[in-house]
Amino acid sequence: MIGIIDYGLGNLFSIHNALKSINISSKIITSPEQISGYDRLILPGVGAFPEGMKHLKEKGFTEILKNTAKPILGICLGMQLLFEEGEEFCKTEGLGLIPGRVVSIEKPSKDNLKIPHMGWNKLEIIKESSLSKSLEGNYVYFVHSYKVFTKTENIIAICDYGQPITAIVEKNNVFGTQFHPEKSGDIGIRLLKNFANISI
Amino acid sequence: MVAKRIIPCLDVFEGRVVKGVRFVDLKDAGDPAECAAAYSRQGADEIVFLDITATHEKRKTIVEVVKKTAERVFVPLTVGGGISSVEDIKNILRAGADKVSLNSAAVRNPDLIRQGADMFGKQCIVLAADVKRMMNGRYNIYIQGGRVDTGLDAIDWIIRAERLGAGEILLTSMDADGTKKGYDLEITKAVVESVNIPVIASGGCGTLSHFADAFEIAGVDAALAASLFHFGELTIGEVKKFLIDRGIEIRK
Repeated sequence: MIGIIDYGLGNLFSIHNALKSINISSKIITSPEQISGYDRLILPGVGAFPEGMKHLKEKGFTEILKNTAKPILGICLGMQLLFEEGEEFCKTEGLGLIPGRVVSIEKPSKDNLKIPHMGWNKLEIIKESSLSKSLEGNYVYFVHSYKVFTKTENIIAICDYGQPITAIVEKNNVFGTQFHPEKSGDIGIRLLKNFANISI
Repeated sequence: MVAKRIIPCLDVFEGRVVKGVRFVDLKDAGDPAECAAAYSRQGADEIVFLDITATHEKRKTIVEVVKKTAERVFVPLTVGGGISSVEDIKNILRAGADKVSLNSAAVRNPDLIRQGADMFGKQCIVLAADVKRMMNGRYNIYIQGGRVDTGLDAIDWIIRAERLGAGEILLTSMDADGTKKGYDLEITKAVVESVNIPVIASGGCGTLSHFADAFEIAGVDAALAASLFHFGELTIGEVKKFLIDRGIEIRK
């Protein structure tokens, strides 16, 4: 059973609906005490980094997330919060589960790059992972203005937006996707299925 | 880079799908969630619902439609029509939509764009601009389903909307809409060159090459069509195959 963490930000029902469409049970959890009843966790999130951390703290989720050995999948802002530090508006400490920082997407003046990076972009798998099985070369849906900067060893997949954008990360039991699998059609569903099948 | 998007639009009246040709004729043709799921299977990159429900009381039906659609459609969903307050925006997004499009209400109260962008992020605020060519060759913004000329210059208003926080422009040419003679490339290109946010071309698409023109000549990020898909004249798959063969980056 997957627990979807509700800390007041993000489209929880889309993730729940996407899992339900492939008969994977999930429930939305609103307090850290409930985590013990689930074998894997999803940390969703839409919005700004400081606001995200503030809500996670207020709901009391930070410590338990830092110490759990259960597989965690962070989505979009949820993935960014897994890192040590965010630079959106001001420097904010993240969960620190994976070394790295969240920085703004570069905007080279000559290019006509639009920010946020919004739309379907192609995944390039750079490292084998059970999460990214059968995803190479497929398009997934992104909406974000900040990107993760981390060591290559933590990166499973990237996409190209005039610069490499970290798309999937993994370190031990901690996983993240910058894109929205719950909005990425069949490919996104495949990734959620991969996450549900990761051996514990 | 980001793939160009193909977007089917469904007009929804009191919870049912209809298609208005030039905003007048209405034909009942089914359940919105069912149609959206079918389009998603065909490869739609996003789905737009335009709620044309007339009375305020019945507007709540669109929230139920969005909920039902979000249970089975896993591509982005944009909802427009009759959205006039931050509360409306919140209700639609909470029901499972990813973006809302603002039209008449944004003209009457431009601050709604700013409020919506501040609260929910600019990526979910789409400005829908219905434009009509004037005698002098310029284009004006029309509201209320194309019935009222605001006198606003289209380019001026669209630039202002971007400054206020609109994250995307859905541009419909009222002259082209329903004609199947192709998008109005002139105004569409002018809008693309005036803003630095994605632009969706709408109104007038009738053939495969009209889609290509929107991307290659006008430079849009997405092309929207309604009746063409609705009546099965072209499938989204056919359109995508044609565009991929022309070398345009499209999600397979």
